[in-house]
Amino acid sequence: MSLTLENSPRVDAISRRERAKEWMRTLGMLPVLVLLLVGFALMTDSFMTWQNLSIITQQASVNVVLAAGMTFVILTAGIDLSVGAILAASAVVALQASMSPQYGMLGIFAGIGFGLLLGLVNGGLIAFMRLPPFIVTLGALTAMRGLARLLADDKTVFNPDLPFAFIGNDSVLGVPWLVIIAVAVIAMSWFILRRTVMGVQIYSVGGNPEAARLSGIKVWKVLLFVYALSGALAGLGAVMSASRLFAANGLQLGQSYELDAIAAVILGGTSFTGGVGTIGGTLIGALIIAVLTNGLVLLGVSDIWQYIIKGIVIIGAVALDRYRQSGART
Amino acid sequence: MSAILAEHPVPVLEMNAISKTFNGLRVLKDVALKVYAGEVHALMGENGAGKSTLMKILSGAYQADAGGEIRIGGHALAAFDPLTAKARGIAVIYQELSLCPNLSVAENIYLGRELRSGWSIDRKAMEAGCVEVLARLGADFKPSTRVSVLSIAERQLVEIARALHANARILVMDEPTTPLSSRETDRLFALIKQLRDQGLAIIYISHRMAEIYELSDRVSVLRDGEYVGMLQRDGLSAEALVKMMVGRDLSGFYKKEHAAYDPGAVVMRVRDMADGQRVKPCSFDLHAGEVLGIAGLVGAGRTELARLIFAADPRTSGTLEVAGKLVEPLRNPTDAIRAGVVYLTEDRKAQGLFLDMSVRDNINVCACVPDAHAGGVLDRGRGARRALEAIRALSIRVASGKVNVGALSGGNQQKVLLARLLEVKPHVLILDEPTRGVDIGSKSEIYRIINDLAKAGVGVVLISSELPEIIGTCDRVLIMREGQLVAEVGGASGHAISQERIIDLATGGEQAPGLTDTALPQGRATDFKNSI
Repeated sequence: MSLTLENSPRVDAISRRERAKEWMRTLGMLPVLVLLLVGFALMTDSFMTWQNLSIITQQASVNVVLAAGMTFVILTAGIDLSVGAILAASAVVALQASMSPQYGMLGIFAGIGFGLLLGLVNGGLIAFMRLPPFIVTLGALTAMRGLARLLADDKTVFNPDLPFAFIGNDSVLGVPWLVIIAVAVIAMSWFILRRTVMGVQIYSVGGNPEAARLSGIKVWKVLLFVYALSGALAGLGAVMSASRLFAANGLQLGQSYELDAIAAVILGGTSFTGGVGTIGGTLIGALIIAVLTNGLVLLGVSDIWQYIIKGIVIIGAVALDRYRQSGART
Repeated sequence: MSAILAEHPVPVLEMNAISKTFNGLRVLKDVALKVYAGEVHALMGENGAGKSTLMKILSGAYQADAGGEIRIGGHALAAFDPLTAKARGIAVIYQELSLCPNLSVAENIYLGRELRSGWSIDRKAMEAGCVEVLARLGADFKPSTRVSVLSIAERQLVEIARALHANARILVMDEPTTPLSSRETDRLFALIKQLRDQGLAIIYISHRMAEIYELSDRVSVLRDGEYVGMLQRDGLSAEALVKMMVGRDLSGFYKKEHAAYDPGAVVMRVRDMADGQRVKPCSFDLHAGEVLGIAGLVGAGRTELARLIFAADPRTSGTLEVAGKLVEPLRNPTDAIRAGVVYLTEDRKAQGLFLDMSVRDNINVCACVPDAHAGGVLDRGRGARRALEAIRALSIRVASGKVNVGALSGGNQQKVLLARLLEVKPHVLILDEPTRGVDIGSKSEIYRIINDLAKAGVGVVLISSELPEIIGTCDRVLIMREGQLVAEVGGASGHAISQERIIDLATGGEQAPGLTDTALPQGRATDFKNSI
């Protein structure tokens, strides 16, 4: 077939098909999101209000931040199961730091910094000892939750005068800080993935690790980067959560957050085998989860059924996506 | 042949007016094929000629366009899918073997037709049922052996056993000797002849003329998806076959314009490179503007040596000097690339390309690091220009740099990979089987690129299993045998570069049938095109 590449119709056909595929990927789950929005708007009066939409985006914000980090990790064909536990541990540290009389604001940096540190531990084990990401972060999930309880003396840390409470409660020109942070994280992630050398290398390592190594890419550096970033963003998520709750504890905070983050990434069309995916897709995936949760609550669906429906929607949406993508190919 | 025809007037397989269209592109046009029981029918053609597509239709993996007809034993079959194909006795043995390595030989042979006793699998009965077929093939492993411990040649035997066990009457073999050593090739050939004599029809796909001469009763040739014609064994000649396959004049195929041997300064000095297992201490010099071939049998350690030089694998000893400077440290490919040594892998899909990424990103993946603005921000303008220039300079056929590289043909993919390496402006280019799986047009373009690079003063190391390629492009050839560089021909060595001499040295004196021309009719031994 290679001989026939000379005639341009085939080349055009390829690029047209590629472009259609590319569009499918970019659009991804947007139709599902729109469908959910329209559906809930028709079914309840209170859904399509500014107030409710603002609530949805705030509720989505922490998951958006975690899922952004998860996108980097999954793009390298890895997984980070420990983000929920890192979030809990970092929140405890952030709150404890916030109690120092003059430098309470440092709690923000303490939280992010602690998350970064735990992420570096994950990344170090994966990059240098070549341990499988699933195993390392599964262990970290347990160990770091224990660490969070240890740091908090197995109690809830509470600070009613939280110096960075504005993050969870205030707005700038009507836009909540939480949403601003989430948007900023998405913008930063997009920039790293699309506009920097590190971004190209992340896609390379995920797409073909051996080829990446032979191209002179320092694979360890890339792995260390993505897990450290995922940890730091979990730390940021910790600050966001803590600033809403004025409290943190090791036992409950951030439970199963990693699952929502992974679900958002997968809904966003990122390939589990690495190398393919976009941060925009992840944003849409996280919004789908938030809209679904919010809409089901407004409809008065019981907690139990919410779980079942969310699970089915995630599987169904991905199945639909696979179907459409294979349709786009032929 | 005539005897066979007399005995079997009805072909066991008849394919008529087979066409196949992918996305509006016809890759097969009205192809016809007749195969009789008890013959080895060779199918030849360049890459992309349509051989694999035709065989995939035969195996039921693809559906032919409407209008075609497949007859097995004289009966036309309406529907043709993998199950029908199997039930009618067609078995295809692909280049990538399709065994489950974690299962036993017997389990693989019975795969999908397991014997049961009650609810459980009856391993005893299955193992007993394989004994006969394995004995018939002369296999010296047990049915209970796990496939993962078998060699490639033995695994091939298991595949053949599976086909015979399922009562296959038509056996399709797609380049079965590629992964085999010469001794294993011998044994396989003996087996193929034995099966033919037992009345099987064997469709044999290969690029190697010597194998075609040795085995085939008749040869059908495809070109650009069309059936060009058929040759009987007694009418077989290299000229006729090449002409049929290529349909154009091949003179000037290899361009060695820098031919006058005038080596520049030593650009790379390799000393005592060894890995303690497959590569024993190897030392050689490479000059600027020189194309240095490394010839040897498969498994002689050529790729392993190249990977040691490139620091892709750990070494036990060895130093590398590039442009007069010792490369220190030399821990990984990053260090080698920084020193100006690049390596084109023999397996571009598994180890070279990022198939889900664009042509542009694939070309720029190395060069984007020094190109970047401060803080590692990509210089996208420069990246786009680089890609565009490379696409033009290497005549990569692609609509734009944004197309995914996975959508390109083998030859164009190879050129993308080459472009990536050239973008780092190397002093030394190590090419490992650069024309494997590449169509003939791209092949000659790759030779042109090698030639241009040598003229520009780059030192080129060419590893190739195709002797005509080595002879046609190299100024000097090192011969590797069992992990050692054993001889040198061409250059200042005083020995001319000849096929016979290289084979002689590579095999250690005795001629290896997989590579030699002994099977060729007299007078054609020097024909360079015999392995296209």
